[in-house]
Amino acid sequence: MSAAAPATTLLVLVLPFLAALVAPWLTRRLGHNAAWVLALAPLAVFVRFLGFAGAVADGAAVTGGFAWVPSYNVSFSWLIDGLSLTFALLISGIGTLIILYSGGYLKGDARLGRFFSFMLLFMGAMLGVVVSDSFLMLFVYWELTSITSFLLIGFDHTREASRRAAVQALVVTGGGGLALLAGLLVIWNVTGVSQLSELFAHGDALRASPFYLLALLTVLGGAFSKSAQFPLHFWLPNAMEAPTPVSAYLHSATMVKAGVYLLMRLNPVLGDTVWWETLLPLFGGATLIVGTLLAVRQTDLKLMLAYTTVSSLGLLVMLTGFGSEHAIAAAVLYLVAHSLFKGALFMVAGLIDHETGTRDITALGGLRKAMPITFVAAMAAAISMAGLPPFVGFLAKEEIYYALWAANPWSLAFVAVAIIGNGLMFVIGFAVAIKPFFGAPVATPKAAHEGPVLLWLGPLVLGLTALAAGLLSPLSHRFVSSPMASAVAGRAETVTISVIPHLGMALLLSLVTVAFGIAAYRMLDRLRAGMARLLEAIGWGPDRGFDQVISGIVRLSVAVTRIIQPGRLDIYMTVTFLLIAAALILPMAIYGEWPSMPAWPEDAQFHELVVIAIVPIGLLAVMLARDRLTAIVSLGVQGFAVALIFMLFGAPDLSFTQFMVETLAVVILALVMTRLKLLASDHRPTGRKAVDLAVSLACGGGFMLYLLSVTQQPFNTALSDFFGAYSKTIAHGANVVNVIIVDFRGTDTLGEIAVVMVTALAILSLIRIRTPRPGLIADNDPDQPRADLGKAN
Amino acid sequence: MRTVILRSIAPFLTSLMVLFSIFVLLRGHNEPGGGFIGGLIAASALAIYGIACGVAAVRRAIYFHPIAISAVGLLMSALAGVLSLFAEVPFMSGLWVYPHLFGVEVALSSVLVFDVGVYLVVVGAICSIALGLEEGDRD
Repeated sequence: MSAAAPATTLLVLVLPFLAALVAPWLTRRLGHNAAWVLALAPLAVFVRFLGFAGAVADGAAVTGGFAWVPSYNVSFSWLIDGLSLTFALLISGIGTLIILYSGGYLKGDARLGRFFSFMLLFMGAMLGVVVSDSFLMLFVYWELTSITSFLLIGFDHTREASRRAAVQALVVTGGGGLALLAGLLVIWNVTGVSQLSELFAHGDALRASPFYLLALLTVLGGAFSKSAQFPLHFWLPNAMEAPTPVSAYLHSATMVKAGVYLLMRLNPVLGDTVWWETLLPLFGGATLIVGTLLAVRQTDLKLMLAYTTVSSLGLLVMLTGFGSEHAIAAAVLYLVAHSLFKGALFMVAGLIDHETGTRDITALGGLRKAMPITFVAAMAAAISMAGLPPFVGFLAKEEIYYALWAANPWSLAFVAVAIIGNGLMFVIGFAVAIKPFFGAPVATPKAAHEGPVLLWLGPLVLGLTALAAGLLSPLSHRFVSSPMASAVAGRAETVTISVIPHLGMALLLSLVTVAFGIAAYRMLDRLRAGMARLLEAIGWGPDRGFDQVISGIVRLSVAVTRIIQPGRLDIYMTVTFLLIAAALILPMAIYGEWPSMPAWPEDAQFHELVVIAIVPIGLLAVMLARDRLTAIVSLGVQGFAVALIFMLFGAPDLSFTQFMVETLAVVILALVMTRLKLLASDHRPTGRKAVDLAVSLACGGGFMLYLLSVTQQPFNTALSDFFGAYSKTIAHGANVVNVIIVDFRGTDTLGEIAVVMVTALAILSLIRIRTPRPGLIADNDPDQPRADLGKAN
Repeated sequence: MRTVILRSIAPFLTSLMVLFSIFVLLRGHNEPGGGFIGGLIAASALAIYGIACGVAAVRRAIYFHPIAISAVGLLMSALAGVLSLFAEVPFMSGLWVYPHLFGVEVALSSVLVFDVGVYLVVVGAICSIALGLEEGDRD
């Protein structure tokens, strides 16, 4: 690699984000043709990663990066080996096609610019997930994909179904992300390394650790939620509320595979244990069966494909769990094959929807003549999905049966699972590719005709790639399958399978699958009705369970809020101040560590005493004030006196700030008072006043004692010496206070100003809360403009 | 509060105070001052203007929504930290350049950008609260 390589790679990694930034502007100028320009960004990424292919095929892993927070050993660094390279190529390659497809699909939509933006943001995030070397970088990108997925699913935000699906996906995958973070932190603590590339040497230590199970379960929580494993699969079909390009890209080809990626990535360190080889196949197998059975039930093209995506992910998890040489090869081949054919089929489904106006498979037929290019693309993808030669899907299926076949009950059970799953996927694949195209033409809401080039280019290219990957298997094995399998296995592996069938058990099982598939295809309608009856009989799925859990949480928090927040400000204040007083005074009382009272200073100057005397005078004025406004202003007098004291004792910055804060506090308090329409005078009963007085005396006394005891400790000057010595030399600033704020502890300040801004937002929304008018929340009818939207600023 | 005297001097007072706040902001690195204090001064300047001439006048004067000002400030401060990544030093390391403008050496730094961000966050946050309160229900 040349010297400029890290910078170029970094640029490529941020390129999608930059493209997302200019997308809305570009779309305003060029309309849907902006797709041609924006697609250059993923294309550049694709080309850059293609440049790594030679080195990676020879077994090298490219690493690089920048220090981020060196004191915590956190870096922004990447690891490009066979696994990440394959994923990066899929993400950028399919991404290029998807951007083009989106341009055609949402042509003329006013929100197209925003859509491009979200898509490119997602692309950048997903690319980050698969090339991350550092744990924290992986986590950050991981959650970014969840957030962008949320934005894209909820793209059609005026529909309640979209919003629900978006929130559901965010809760499930975002929650899983937190589990992943926990898992990564456990691994970090056990092994002491924070980079994946260094982790591979610590596999044995990790497996032997007593925390292995904890790490495994938390990582699986992240992977299973992202990759929609049963029983967390329900968010994925709901995510089909998103526009079809999103479904094709995020929810079949890339994002949902992040979980599988994670499992494959960690296979060398977490795999090869009883837990791994039991949990993964069981959950994967269950997902495979549940997914295909539910897919048969559907009539909507997109939903059929969505459920088979669930089952394909199950198959991948299952194979990864087996962990044998053939199983890994099969998982690798199937992953690539699935991304190609499922992406293509989704785009075909969107195309059909776009050109005919319906996605209902029972309302479609005879489109072969009207949409010939679409038909070719659909057939290519479906043949690959069905696992027939000479497509790459065939290689995958052969390898799956090689991997699973063994003469023991455990393996036989999974062979049966695989046959049922593959057979039913065969059915769905052909149902999507044959049903709409053959038979007598059916009248559709729109007159069917071939879509524009932007729309058919994507599926056609993906279908042909699936064919090429199968036919040219030596080439695709050398540059994709073998390096990827080696990375997953953690040792050098070679994938050799080719399209020429070998007589043997695998071929026999393939034939059984095909026979089963054809039989099931002929009975598809009866199967569908049967599944519908079965599901009705069960009646209660995880999807409804999710709603129950959410409403349960809401009910619980309402109950808790009622108890701890009764809504009376005076109670909150009293409790808060009582606790502060207790926290200050009780420890001193319990340990008997009262500070000694200081002696009266002999050298006190007259002007100092005068300034100090202003403080009690101001306080007296507060207490004697007849109306609130006077009290507030008098409180300011006391504050100014304190600011003067700061000034006298050599803290000009502090004094300055105190002056301003006091001024603004008076202004804002006065505004609050008028805003809340308080009575001008205080009208508390005497008993209440006595209680308040006691509380404030306790609080003030507590602070006094506390400060006294703090100042009586010996003063450690290490920090002030350091800042004093280095402020000018390192940070080029003579004002130590300011240098600390903006330079030495700049990250703290960044956090603080973020808090300031969020607080302002919160206060602003509190100010704007009004008693809700009936009907304000029910905004689900997009044709009914909301009364308050235009006026809010 | 809207006396003629206050209304007449408020624009001058406010402009002077904003100017002073920028002066305080810029000199902060070597003498008492800085983004936080400068922001507070600017916010009180706008508060005076608001008391004298009304909320609408302030909103017109600052042009942007105060929360947007605050957000831009936060972004600026964060980006000032990110700048250092491109110089291959850890996040938030100060970077300095000394260009000669009109024959005078001017010290510019990512730290200054950061401080300007702090200033904007403080102005925006306090203004949005004060204006929101002063506006009452009339939005």
